[in-house]
Amino acid sequence: MFDLAGYGPQLLSGTVTTIELSLLSLLVSFLLGLLGATAKLSKHRIFKGVATIYTTIIRGVPDLVLMLLIFYSLQIWVNDFTGWLNNLQSTYSFGLQLDPFTSGTITLGFIYGAYFTETFRGAFLAVPKGQLEAARAFGMRSGLVFRRVLFPQMMRHALPGLGNNWQVILKATALVSIIGLSDVIKAAQAAGEATYRSFFFICIAGAVYLVLTILSNGVLMLLERKYAIGVRRAVL
Amino acid sequence: MIEIIKQYGLAYLCWDGYNVSGTAMTLWLLVLSCGMGFCLALPLAIARNARSRIIRFPVWLFTFIFRGTPLYVQLLLIYSGLYQLNFVHQHVLLNDFFRQAINCTVLSFLLNTGAYTTEIFAGAIRETSHGEVDAALAMGMSRFTMYRRIIIPSALRRALPVYSNEVILMLHATTLAFTATVPDLLKVANDAYSATYDPFDAFTLAALLYLCISFALIFGFRRAERRFLAYLQP
Repeated sequence: MFDLAGYGPQLLSGTVTTIELSLLSLLVSFLLGLLGATAKLSKHRIFKGVATIYTTIIRGVPDLVLMLLIFYSLQIWVNDFTGWLNNLQSTYSFGLQLDPFTSGTITLGFIYGAYFTETFRGAFLAVPKGQLEAARAFGMRSGLVFRRVLFPQMMRHALPGLGNNWQVILKATALVSIIGLSDVIKAAQAAGEATYRSFFFICIAGAVYLVLTILSNGVLMLLERKYAIGVRRAVL
Repeated sequence: MIEIIKQYGLAYLCWDGYNVSGTAMTLWLLVLSCGMGFCLALPLAIARNARSRIIRFPVWLFTFIFRGTPLYVQLLLIYSGLYQLNFVHQHVLLNDFFRQAINCTVLSFLLNTGAYTTEIFAGAIRETSHGEVDAALAMGMSRFTMYRRIIIPSALRRALPVYSNEVILMLHATTLAFTATVPDLLKVANDAYSATYDPFDAFTLAALLYLCISFALIFGFRRAERRFLAYLQP
């Protein structure tokens, strides 16, 4: 019954690719989200406007459409750019081939950065203003205020939304197999077509995602406990 | 951009010459899956809050599995996985049903959105304030009447903001239909791209149309919230 027909290694390496892709996209979107939230809360009109346009457009357009748009267009833009560089000078010959993994990471990071922006914006606002003023009164520079006061407290408010976004990113990596990444779904599809047992192999891909979801739920619970240190809960 | 609009404009909107396509198909998929998902979710949400564990557990398992795996996997499972099973192949009715791409697509969409909607409604039912229930019991309502008159209308109203989010996410999810060869908006855009080799214009046009649908949905839900949640307004 549980016969992988020799496709075990492919499924395993596909799973590793899926995990790598989701972690890298998480990193990119996390940083973009911090940047976007800072821009959205800044006093400059231009920063605010750019961040608002970014989050509105990205959250209104389906991720798959954006993914195809970026995946196919990015290569053309990169080619144009390297062509222009090569025209400019002739000592070096530039060239850059974007593989599905890179474009997948860039696209997913770019898309979910918008969702993280909204999450972080709410969390930044939840930190009491007086604490930031106190930190400034101590003579901390803005980088230090962020690192010591704002970020640790913001994380506690952001964690539930962050966990949600992470689960969505994890599931969105499935879409990258559509633009040709050999992740766990691609491996399952190939195995299913070769052995005429698609049902079985796709079930395995689904089970892999289910296990990843359960694992990340556990990690999130631990993180929530870590960032809740020093907070007094109401006893019901 | 102009060339693509001239050549594929009608296909982007509603008709590709043979089938309903583009925006019309996307909206049809959205209405079908959200409508049937709603009908599935309402009884399941009540069962999710049942006292008996035997009723609660299967519903929890259903929502857990469908929310824990990507929709793409579910679509693949139903579209290409089920059809390879022998008993589906040999059964006349099942064979007819699963041979049509759109049936498989709508089935997977409605199960997926049904699972998410079940959790949304179940949460809203759980949050019903005990005063409302006490009042209903004091009026001598039976459990059925209480659910019909008090709990469900109030829970659905309170679930509206979260539910509107789910509908918009479902709109985004309908793009997956193109992997099952259903001629939705993204499929038309993909065809236009492969004919013109102009990915930016082809997909941007689709993105703009999706943006319009999203904004229309957000506007509609905001109106609905103002109407149905008027009693919660400050």
